[in-house]
Amino acid sequence: MSNYFGNYSLYIALIASIYLIIKSYIDTNINIKNLNKNLVLITSVQTVMIIISFISLVVAFIISDFSNETVFNNSHTLKPLFYKISGSWGNHEGSLLLWLLVLSVFLYIFLLKSSSQNIKYRLLTLLFQQIIISGFLIFILLTSNPFNTVFPIPSEGLGLNPILQDPALAIHPPILYFGYVGTSIIFSTSLAAVVAGNIGDSWAKHIKSWVLVSWIFLTIGILLGSIWAYYELGWGGFWFWDPVENVSLMPWFCLTALLHTVIVLEKRNLFKEWTIILSITTFSLSMSGTFLVRSGILNSIHTFANDPSRGIFILSFLFVLVIMSVTIFFFNQKKLTSTIKNSFIISKETAILVNNWFMMFFLSVVLVGTIYPIFLEVLNGSKISVGPPFYHNLLIPFLIPFLVFMSFGPSLKWIKDKLKKFEYNLLIIFLASILISYFILINTEKKFLLSVPLIILSFYLLLVTINDFFNKKSSLSQKISHFGFSLLITSILLNGLFSNEFNANMKVGEERKFNDKVIKLNSVNVRDIDNYKSLKANFEIKNQNSFIQLSPEVRIYQQPFTITSEADIKTTLFSDNFLVFNILKDDGYYNVRYQYKPVMIWIWISTILISIGGLLSLIKKNEKKY
Amino acid sequence: MKKNIKFISLLLSLIIVFIILLKGLNVSKDYSNEKLNSKIDFSFKVKKLFNDEVINIEDLFNQEDLSVVNIWASWCVPCKDEHPNLMQLKDMNIKVVGINYKDNPKNAKNFLNLLGNPYSEIITDKDGTKSIEFGAIGVPETIVINGKTKSIIKKFIGPLSNENIIEIKSLINEKT
Repeated sequence: MSNYFGNYSLYIALIASIYLIIKSYIDTNINIKNLNKNLVLITSVQTVMIIISFISLVVAFIISDFSNETVFNNSHTLKPLFYKISGSWGNHEGSLLLWLLVLSVFLYIFLLKSSSQNIKYRLLTLLFQQIIISGFLIFILLTSNPFNTVFPIPSEGLGLNPILQDPALAIHPPILYFGYVGTSIIFSTSLAAVVAGNIGDSWAKHIKSWVLVSWIFLTIGILLGSIWAYYELGWGGFWFWDPVENVSLMPWFCLTALLHTVIVLEKRNLFKEWTIILSITTFSLSMSGTFLVRSGILNSIHTFANDPSRGIFILSFLFVLVIMSVTIFFFNQKKLTSTIKNSFIISKETAILVNNWFMMFFLSVVLVGTIYPIFLEVLNGSKISVGPPFYHNLLIPFLIPFLVFMSFGPSLKWIKDKLKKFEYNLLIIFLASILISYFILINTEKKFLLSVPLIILSFYLLLVTINDFFNKKSSLSQKISHFGFSLLITSILLNGLFSNEFNANMKVGEERKFNDKVIKLNSVNVRDIDNYKSLKANFEIKNQNSFIQLSPEVRIYQQPFTITSEADIKTTLFSDNFLVFNILKDDGYYNVRYQYKPVMIWIWISTILISIGGLLSLIKKNEKKY
Repeated sequence: MKKNIKFISLLLSLIIVFIILLKGLNVSKDYSNEKLNSKIDFSFKVKKLFNDEVINIEDLFNQEDLSVVNIWASWCVPCKDEHPNLMQLKDMNIKVVGINYKDNPKNAKNFLNLLGNPYSEIITDKDGTKSIEFGAIGVPETIVINGKTKSIIKKFIGPLSNENIIEIKSLINEKT
């Protein structure tokens, strides 16, 4: 039953989409004063239809309706309810339906929130957004319909991938999608503003909240993804430069650049063209992300659908959108010339421009690392593997100028600033950071030439951003975000430099030495739980002044047959103790991997701080700006 | 005029990117043998795992016939899955050259002591560069090499299944 509801409401939504495209196109070419009421009505009908369709799918998952092919392939009666629900978007078809849902809901919110804006601009936004929505609708109906039926009705489903049974992962895709899809509104509105010719400070003010919303969701989405990788994959790291991770990082760099540029546009009416280019690029990167992940062109731990016709469709659709936006941009470029005002080299504008250069550099490195292997394989058939060393070698040296720059850039004034007189404050901070770094590095063998300035500078930036809380040069939201960012960089550096790992095969009762610690495997208990068999081990890790017990687990799922390792992680403010074990074969030996990871929790906390800064800026839009 | 040139060149580069990605979609992820006839450079030297002896990689392979290469590591869980299948190859008297990928030699030796050693020779690849010479993209990976033409004729990405074992056996027997 829900299959029919879901399926036909998608068709109705498609018809609504076609109507809206035609109608809004006609309306932009005639002079009208008010937005036609039908347009809003039809948009709300479309939104409701898509919501119905999405709910139908969720219901099908909850009641385990195996006449639905998607449910049959991805669910099982033994799944806990929470994962049945999250299973509805944990697969290819459902996740696209979720994309579509967010697209239409965001458009509807835009229509409600933009009533004070120019009518032609609203109509054009509606038009561009509907082009995207219709593209996704056609894509879903042609190649990935979530409501295909199976006959005869199977009595049991094929199961949800147990590795996806994790709370962080259950909410990770929707949050990430809010971020991705938010960029579609930025894309549509920028194109609309280019055509309508109203790019300027008031538009920047209006679009800034959308930029912030997408940016916050994207930041939290990436955070959840990396938390999932850390706790569930059991590889003992939070970022692997996996193509699928990179794909979410690229729009983030672009969006971060946009977030800063849009402020310049709002305050100084500058960087019009650059803002538009960033808007288009951000959305194209989000779409490419969908393409790269969903087409199976990448080889990654996140193996998704592998149907070439889907890839061809998304790729063509992506390029239609990109070529459309490039054409619109070029033929309306003359409307974009900035009214030239006095600008000086030492000013906030320049500082933000430099920030953008860095973001673009980081973006290009990640883009090349992700895309180049595909290009190379097509062009001459050779295969290369691009791993962490590539990214580290290219990104880390450039962190040094970036950190230096970030320590003074944000506190510059608009239009023109003087290089400040020598500040004793900063000298004291700098000396303090040298001292801290000295005590941190003195007891280690890791005295690389590169790590010394990095540690010093990251502490310097950290102290400067703390110091900034006591002056009035910037808004509170900016202070929090920048502090969060410097904390993130510092934590990542400390974590990267001082993590260490122990790896061995051990039997129950065995003891091993590792640095100043003794690791002992006490016991392994086997139990049957719900839909899997659990092997829970008990380890103790001792040194002179501490004693920790860790109980990692191995789960053996039958539907489908999968073995997952649940790491046990003991977190304190200073460090994480991470232990994971694996079955070798039935002779009592287990492969044990123990990791000591300093300041792990601060990586999560700092990322949350960064998003809180964004959230604050969104709430206090009328807060006094500096 | 200047603007048009910019526009057209941008459009052209977009179209080129489009075509390349489209082609990329059609690149089979199964790595069938037709596509892999690229030559391997066999002139580099390698170190053996057990006695640190340095040899020419060429000497490891049968110059007239097919050889099987398996890339593995003790930290790699799927490698454990395929291990019994590799032992099967050993029982069939098929020689397998192991490349120990980015591994700690001690762990690697433990792994083999525990599970058995299916390899006729093992070389170390501490930094992963040797495996790249064989076009590897990860572990485990198994490659069948033709020693005469110095080319890869078959590649198995991921753990070997029973069917793969039968295929390797038939490949080897076909030639002899």
